[in-house]
Amino acid sequence: MQSVQFEAPGTVEEACALLAGAAGDARILAGGTDLLVQLRSHIIDPALVVDIKRIEETRTLARNADGSYTVGAAVAGAEAHERGDIVADWPGVIEAWDLIGSTQIQGRASLGGNLGNASPAADSVPAMIAAGMTANIAGPGGRRSIPVEEVATGPGRTSLAKGEFIVSFGLPARPEGGGDAYLRLIPRTEMDIAVVGCGVALVLDGDGKVASAKVSLGAVAPTALVVGDAASAIVGTGLDDGAMAALDAACQAACSPIDDKRGTVEYRTKVAGVLARRAAKIAAERAGSR
Amino acid sequence: MTEETNVFKWVGKRVVRPDGHDKVTGRAKFGSDFALPGMLHGRVLRSPHAHARIRGIDASKALALPGVKAVVTSEDFPEQSAELAAAGEALVSYRDMTRNVMAREKALYDGHAVAAVAATSAEIAEAALELVEVDYEVLPHVIDVDLAMEDGAPVLDEELKPAGMDASGPTNIAKKVVFDLGDVGKGFEEAEVVLERSYTTAAVHQGYIEPHAAVASVSADGQAQIWCCTQGQFMVRAYTARLLGMDASAIRVTPSEIGGGFGGKTVVYLEPLATALSAKTGRPVKMTMSREEVFRASGPTSAGSMTYRIGATRDGRIVAFEGTVKLEAGAFPGSPVQPACMCAVAPYDIPNVRLTGYDVVVNRPKVAAYRAPGAPISAFGAESILDELAKEIGVDPLELRMRNAAKQGTKAAYGPTFRRIGYEETVRAAMDSEHMKAPLGPNQGRGVASGFWFNIGGESSATVNIVEDGTAVVVSGNPDIGGSRASLALMAAEELGIDYDKVRPIVADTASVGYNFLTGGSRVTFATGLAVVEAARDAVRQLCERAAKIWEVEPDGVVWRDGQAHPAGSNVGDFEPLSLADIAAGTPKTGGPICGHNAQNVQGAGPGFATHVCDVEVDPETGRVTVLRYTAVQDVGRAIHPSYVEGQIQGGAAQGIGWALNEEYIYNDKGQLENPGFLDYRIPVASDLPMIETMVVEVPNDRHPYGVRGVGEVPIVPPMAAVANAIENAVGVRMEHLPMSPPRVLAALDAARLPEAAE
Amino acid sequence: MAKHHVSTTINGEPVEYLCSTRQTLLDVLRDELNLTGSKEGCASGDCGACSVMLDGRLVCACLVMGAEAEGRAVETIEGMAEGDSLHPLQRIFLEDAALQCGICTPGFLVAAKALLDRNDNPTETEIRYWLAGNLCRCTGYDKIVRAVQRTAAEMRGEAR
Repeated sequence: MQSVQFEAPGTVEEACALLAGAAGDARILAGGTDLLVQLRSHIIDPALVVDIKRIEETRTLARNADGSYTVGAAVAGAEAHERGDIVADWPGVIEAWDLIGSTQIQGRASLGGNLGNASPAADSVPAMIAAGMTANIAGPGGRRSIPVEEVATGPGRTSLAKGEFIVSFGLPARPEGGGDAYLRLIPRTEMDIAVVGCGVALVLDGDGKVASAKVSLGAVAPTALVVGDAASAIVGTGLDDGAMAALDAACQAACSPIDDKRGTVEYRTKVAGVLARRAAKIAAERAGSR
Repeated sequence: MTEETNVFKWVGKRVVRPDGHDKVTGRAKFGSDFALPGMLHGRVLRSPHAHARIRGIDASKALALPGVKAVVTSEDFPEQSAELAAAGEALVSYRDMTRNVMAREKALYDGHAVAAVAATSAEIAEAALELVEVDYEVLPHVIDVDLAMEDGAPVLDEELKPAGMDASGPTNIAKKVVFDLGDVGKGFEEAEVVLERSYTTAAVHQGYIEPHAAVASVSADGQAQIWCCTQGQFMVRAYTARLLGMDASAIRVTPSEIGGGFGGKTVVYLEPLATALSAKTGRPVKMTMSREEVFRASGPTSAGSMTYRIGATRDGRIVAFEGTVKLEAGAFPGSPVQPACMCAVAPYDIPNVRLTGYDVVVNRPKVAAYRAPGAPISAFGAESILDELAKEIGVDPLELRMRNAAKQGTKAAYGPTFRRIGYEETVRAAMDSEHMKAPLGPNQGRGVASGFWFNIGGESSATVNIVEDGTAVVVSGNPDIGGSRASLALMAAEELGIDYDKVRPIVADTASVGYNFLTGGSRVTFATGLAVVEAARDAVRQLCERAAKIWEVEPDGVVWRDGQAHPAGSNVGDFEPLSLADIAAGTPKTGGPICGHNAQNVQGAGPGFATHVCDVEVDPETGRVTVLRYTAVQDVGRAIHPSYVEGQIQGGAAQGIGWALNEEYIYNDKGQLENPGFLDYRIPVASDLPMIETMVVEVPNDRHPYGVRGVGEVPIVPPMAAVANAIENAVGVRMEHLPMSPPRVLAALDAARLPEAAE
Repeated sequence: MAKHHVSTTINGEPVEYLCSTRQTLLDVLRDELNLTGSKEGCASGDCGACSVMLDGRLVCACLVMGAEAEGRAVETIEGMAEGDSLHPLQRIFLEDAALQCGICTPGFLVAAKALLDRNDNPTETEIRYWLAGNLCRCTGYDKIVRAVQRTAAEMRGEAR
């Protein structure tokens, strides 16, 4: 247990310099809802904590001219939830974000933290992946953007290099005929970590058939999965029983979960299929209602 | 219904509790809110192993860390004899207690204390823990009660000699108990239907929101003060004195406000350690448990395993009941297997009963009392098999209970013959409830179950001090865990005839009031309430004597009515009534202070019965169970403060629902607790529950002046079976293991679906 | 390393304190400022007993660093009553027995006030989900939910 340096820089450049120059483990403080728990329980023992909330860009949620959004990495769930535009356009992303913890946690919990913590069970991540979101990363070498699914590489591990951090996210404009949804299974109604999570985003054509889809599962593998076969199973269909069964089977086939205190391999696998069917149905209803 | 039939001025009124204002403004001082100047901070080093021999402890590096003032280990606590002491509602030996407080030869569970450190800051104390070197020899462990009873299981204590049975060699069985009534063999011969089933339940924790905390300060002359959150300051005094070899009178224990206990704060953990560290350093020492420590090292209740046989006639008369109940004690003997056996079928008038119980040690924290200890476990099985019997013979489950209901004169299998009890009334009220008539939708089901808890009395002392301005202070000694001060003040106001807000009840420290057995067994409003009533009557007697003195008449010429002394009759004389305030103002001239007092070992606790009705909906694809509606009926004797009576019932039901659905201790293959936090030890949250409707039945206990029966414990007894029976009613699967978490329910559903698919 | 010097506002009053990086806002409130009304039930954001308002948002003080509070506004249970005058939630919690042991009560009151400040007519479901991060082990939540409902009705000016 060492003493911890704490910094709250006002610019992205200062933050990168601090992170790059850290003598030991350096951690980003966004909402802090994971970081403080890990600090307290000695899971981590960092030399440096950098609070990025004094950087304007991390705290801004903007709807761009083309209908896309830029979501600051440290924007709190409660702040996003109060925004009518993003709630209407991407209800699946918002409901996934909203499911991270209690009202109190929502007052702090950020997409940057939820992704950067790299938990396989992070609620927002399957929804972000399904929606096609990108992470805007800053580092000593400049900026880059990568799909959200390329950030986490395993439990607690990311592809970010030393000195890099997620500044914001890009969320595409909602496509015509598009809809998304996120569902998770938890034993209680609140306050649990997802046993399984599933995000579905799809686009319906004029005939009510699925023109395109993206399906992502959480908590069934070391990182959130993109399940291509699940999307293929429903593209071109009207989500009839056969397509739903194929979707269910594809999701179950993609699972490689573990047995732990939150669920068994068998349970997680079965429920992944169930949630995928239900989420696809909700996403399609949302797509059809616009 | 209470208020309408109320013949009292104060008893039965929903008054604001005396400690309420401080509790809604943040001023109330709970265990960890206390601090002293110059205080050190103590932390406990805990075993990471479920079972390990301690070959040595080297604290030299920790002691060398600047800011570290002392380290204590088992060497700082004298060896104890194995005599038994009352600990809450169970008995423990001091030999075991000192080993639970601080491991000696062996660490017996993950989280077992092996050393404690005091330092100038909590951060330094925590850093010092990492510097204490413990040489462990890791041993094979056993967690499960059935495995622990098998030959060849790892043995926790080679010296253990089981009570109530013979053992050929080392064993984990600490005790065997048998309760016998009638002739079970003959009973089963008469039975037309016989069912046999087995059930298991997981270990669960009381889950109080306030972690254990204590501050101890020992002076150079050996006088000690302890401030802590506990259900019994006298228990803390007795145990701490014994474990440290001190005079009990040299220790003054002041209980803080207590943030929940449910039985879990009826034993000592930190108090002897903080006292030992304070004695060693000469400075006050504060210790608090983290939430993780609460789960790893404070008392859960037992996991259980039971097999029952029930025999009945086709027309629904239960003629025989036989069962074996095995309960885990944790690392030291003392599971609540005895009350489990006593309560299992106590709501029923069954002529032939035989129940055998086993108390079994395993490598888990030593169990502590938890709300009606043992009864919820044994009743889960009993009320489940009763439901199966009802289905088998085609009798409505409530009707089956009514046909077999215990009533006045019924001899219970555990010994007593019941006086007037209100079990039938609870079943009748449930039958007549709106709830029973409400329609159910697809995948929805309704379950009922009953429960029993005997309740206890015990030793209580109380003083009622009449104050010079006509008010009164009620001094008693039971930590107020859910509104008992309000109830005591209501009864005192009723007796004295003054307004409730002129009565100030306090919970005194161990030096300021006579002995009170701890807050537990649903005894406070009953037993300490009785002491308060008697103390108030003693004060009234003195008030009448003073009036007699003033009037210069004989004492029996004065009666007390509506808070005033009146002449007993016209022959006494024509005197203006004297109010309590009039007499109180003049006490210097009439004989000095007026202090009513009572101390007694209260007998005559009235048993409590409850019947619950639960509706659930089961998601057939995920196994998730949602409780839709819940009604709890209970005979409370008389509700002194109806709101807090309802609150006890609602809280007990909610805890039972948690026990039913999601709460469990989860261990890894090394015997380490995997879920020591509120994230994965899943107690119900607000959105998990519906409103808990309460129906209060009042069949007064004739052994109490206001008819009080204990209220707090019996409501946790029925819920698990009520939920299980509702699940069976909804989707046709019988859950025989707690908790009935989504994976288990889905597995049961899938197993039931397989034969269908094969057809 | 040196402690952080933090200037902040607590219950409307300017406050300065020193803290280490490892001290949470809850540690600071309780141990440095003697504001022990915010309780530590878990120190992991799971129980809500330390609920406070931070710049108008409901948060768990155990999940905020003390150092982060620089320049922010913190509101705690100690600031809820105005002098002797209880907030209607505090009064109705007392009148309707919405507490038993009372350890969770400050957190529930702070959280419930945050709800009523933004929604003067919440449904039972909204109340239950809003308060899902506040654990109570004594009451089964029934009387707490009802007390919030009755307070909302009273604050809207409806008859009791």
